[in-house]
Amino acid sequence: MRKRFFPLIIFTGLVGLLAIGLTLNPRVVPSPLIDKPAPLFSLPQVHNAAAVIGSEQMKGKVVLLNVWASWCVSCRLEHEQFVKLATSGEVPVYGLNYKDRREDAVRWLEFYGNPYVVSALDADGRVGIDFGVYGVPETFVIDGEGIIRYKHIGPIDETTLGKKIMPLVRELKGRRL
Amino acid sequence: MRWIWFAVLLTFTCATFGADSPLVFNSAEKETRFTKLMTELRCLVCQNQSLEDSNAPLAQDLRNQAYTMMRDGASDDDIMDYMVDRYGDFVRYRPAFRPVTFLLWLGPLLLLLIAAAVAWRWLGAQQVAEAVELSEADDARARRLLDGKAPRKEKHRK
Repeated sequence: MRKRFFPLIIFTGLVGLLAIGLTLNPRVVPSPLIDKPAPLFSLPQVHNAAAVIGSEQMKGKVVLLNVWASWCVSCRLEHEQFVKLATSGEVPVYGLNYKDRREDAVRWLEFYGNPYVVSALDADGRVGIDFGVYGVPETFVIDGEGIIRYKHIGPIDETTLGKKIMPLVRELKGRRL
Repeated sequence: MRWIWFAVLLTFTCATFGADSPLVFNSAEKETRFTKLMTELRCLVCQNQSLEDSNAPLAQDLRNQAYTMMRDGASDDDIMDYMVDRYGDFVRYRPAFRPVTFLLWLGPLLLLLIAAAVAWRWLGAQQVAEAVELSEADDARARRLLDGKAPRKEKHRK
């Protein structure tokens, strides 16, 4: 009797396993940088080539670092979220403009709105490599000690922001008080 | 005929892919070393291609990075570590053997062992089934049945 159901049990197990597999996104690769210090960098600003922006300017507070580019189509999808966030002023958002041209980046921000405190110009993508960037847009949550606490790959939507990122930001902020 | 065209087209694609690799090596040995290393690393943009095969901008950047490091005297391990530090074990086609990758490395062996155990039991059970001894009366009845002279009145008891 039990033996007869054995194939069925194996089959159900296999279907369950495959069903879980279908819900996973193979493009999301876990970052080894989580809970590690964010790579140190210092880059020229998008709006001011003479001024620098980097780890030094971001330290001491919880920040979001959003990797974006004017050529990145899905960046437009998430951009509204950052504009809203900038208006609320709850957490400073810094930009890492990845493999872009200054003129294009400036024009893009004029057109879609600029939610960033400052954007760094990573023209050759070297800082991007240090951050393990492989699919723009990406968003990092960096705490006051400069530790990366979370990384989101792909465009951010309202749900991710409200359910994952903002609660984490609030928790990290609370930890510092 | 069709496969000839296919072969011709394939030749040209290889030529165009090769064309955008401006990396120059001062020895054939170094080039082989570089190529071998690049085939060991996965491109994160097109995940089924290695850095050697991929034409994605990120793959080009990472190739250039590895090239610069190698030129400056970095060992293969240094370059591997550099990539793994940034992109995780996933960039390696052959990830290092450590607790998180145990299942990856030992999984197939484990499955083989499970399959062997199941097969062992199953075949063993079959052998037992074949070796059933018949009593003298049953043997005689079986013979009668096989000869076709069986009295059909008996009902099977189960």
